[in-house]
Amino acid sequence: MKDKIRIASGQGFWGDLIDAPFHQVTKGKVDYLVMDYLAEVTMSILQKQKIRNPVLGYARDLPDLLKRILPICMDKGVKIITNGGGVNPVACADAILGIAVKSNINKLTIAVILGDDIRDNINEIISAGCELNNMDSGESILHYKDKLVSANVYFGASPIVEALKKGADVVITGRTTDTGLTLAPMIYEFDWDKNNYNLMAAGTIAGHILECGAQSSGGNFLGDWKSVDNMAEIGFPIAEAYPNGEVIITKHPGTGGKVTFETVAEQLLYEIADPSAYITPDCVADFSSIKLQDLGNDKVRVYDIKGKEATAFYKVSCSYADGYTASGSLTYSWPDALSKARAADQILRKRLDNLGLKFDEIRTEFIGYNSTHGPLSVKIDEDNINEIMLRVAVRSKEYESVKRFGMEIAPLILTGPPSVTGFAGGRPRPSEIIAYWPALIPKKLVRPEVKILELKQ
Amino acid sequence: MKIRLLDIAHGRSGDKGDAANVGIIAYDDKGYEIIKKYLTKERVKKHFDGICFGEVERYELPNLRALNFILNKTLGGGGTVSLKLDAQGKTLAAALLRMEIDINE
Repeated sequence: MKDKIRIASGQGFWGDLIDAPFHQVTKGKVDYLVMDYLAEVTMSILQKQKIRNPVLGYARDLPDLLKRILPICMDKGVKIITNGGGVNPVACADAILGIAVKSNINKLTIAVILGDDIRDNINEIISAGCELNNMDSGESILHYKDKLVSANVYFGASPIVEALKKGADVVITGRTTDTGLTLAPMIYEFDWDKNNYNLMAAGTIAGHILECGAQSSGGNFLGDWKSVDNMAEIGFPIAEAYPNGEVIITKHPGTGGKVTFETVAEQLLYEIADPSAYITPDCVADFSSIKLQDLGNDKVRVYDIKGKEATAFYKVSCSYADGYTASGSLTYSWPDALSKARAADQILRKRLDNLGLKFDEIRTEFIGYNSTHGPLSVKIDEDNINEIMLRVAVRSKEYESVKRFGMEIAPLILTGPPSVTGFAGGRPRPSEIIAYWPALIPKKLVRPEVKILELKQ
Repeated sequence: MKIRLLDIAHGRSGDKGDAANVGIIAYDDKGYEIIKKYLTKERVKKHFDGICFGEVERYELPNLRALNFILNKTLGGGGTVSLKLDAQGKTLAAALLRMEIDINE
């Protein structure tokens, strides 16, 4: 058994710094590279791509990235774990196999985790007595089941552990918890008992620290942000894990950013609810038990973590189309910038009203004044403000109303208040709203499956 | 004596559907005693008047010198439904740090 493993975070979301995984596997020793690509909205986008083209539906950046780093990872023995398989992990794995062949890699094992996509099994699941009641409203999914764009179960670390046991060099999953990507190699390498919930919680919390990439190593740091050195070359976080569940969060020497008590604490607080009950398929982790020790030199020790037994359910995230939105903006300059923007907003609203268009909501924000902190914004000197960007957004069930709204922005330039600019992007186009349906499903109703694809000499 | 929360604490915020989570972390133990005492659910709800339209939940994480708040009904519907520029509540931690506290009251 190894006495420690180093797990590197390569992506915090789909769209993160493209070169980060390359730096993670070249600037120092790591054993695993984990990459999170999936937000809730990503699943429905990928599902739509797959409907249009059956060989798509995964993070298309991934094959390009692996072209660059797979030879390095194979050479150094770095294993790659990612949920970039989206709604089509098999097609993703096929694309990666193709790249491996072109890169003259002649021995490779890719594991694909399947079984999370339950969109085509909804009727069976309902017949088995689970109506996928909405976790927020309690409503049954019966009236929505025929318009679902996607429905995916969040799997945890277990299927990834199985994949690693089968010798996988690369693990491609569909919907998996971000934390499971990091916990899995710890369970595998240290032969952890899955009923030891303190250890499960320790790996889960390490995963939470890594899952948003550089957000734990100095990015988006609200403390003394000016003290973060060389953000241009920010180092992504690395979890150095030990068999007893202790983890040291660090980054490669010479990279920018910083890892301190404060930067790690901020990430621990990100998007959590009740800290004593952070629920994953692997355990219920207690964030209030976490102890942090800043060891200096960009090292923070995370220890003494407590966890409890996992629940009997997986979380399911379903999505369905629910109308349209669009937003448009124009910029007004001094003098009277804010008054002009306000007047333009009133003119626009009157025109929309005269047209008899139907909107569920029209929202106006004045960027440079109140778009982020709303009523908490301090009063400004209206005579002297240099410029204001007017942003108006609408939402409607009717596509045509939203489309017509998009046609009413540009005319304000010639038919509204003066000294206005900033309409270079063309008419705002309606974009489809994807609404979410969070639910729980008994674990026994779904079964993760590990599929192995191999290149052999 | 009035102190500004920004001077004794930092934090991070994000989304959970239509709710925002706002985590506030004190720089030292003295700061934690202040936020623990003065950052009540009621005071946070009042601070976010006109932004948060639901219940405020409050949780303590003494090991991290931190409090976590859940602001329900805050993000204009959340996800892709929301029309807000800050649909994910990313700037709300900074908004809470605007608060001034009179520690002699």
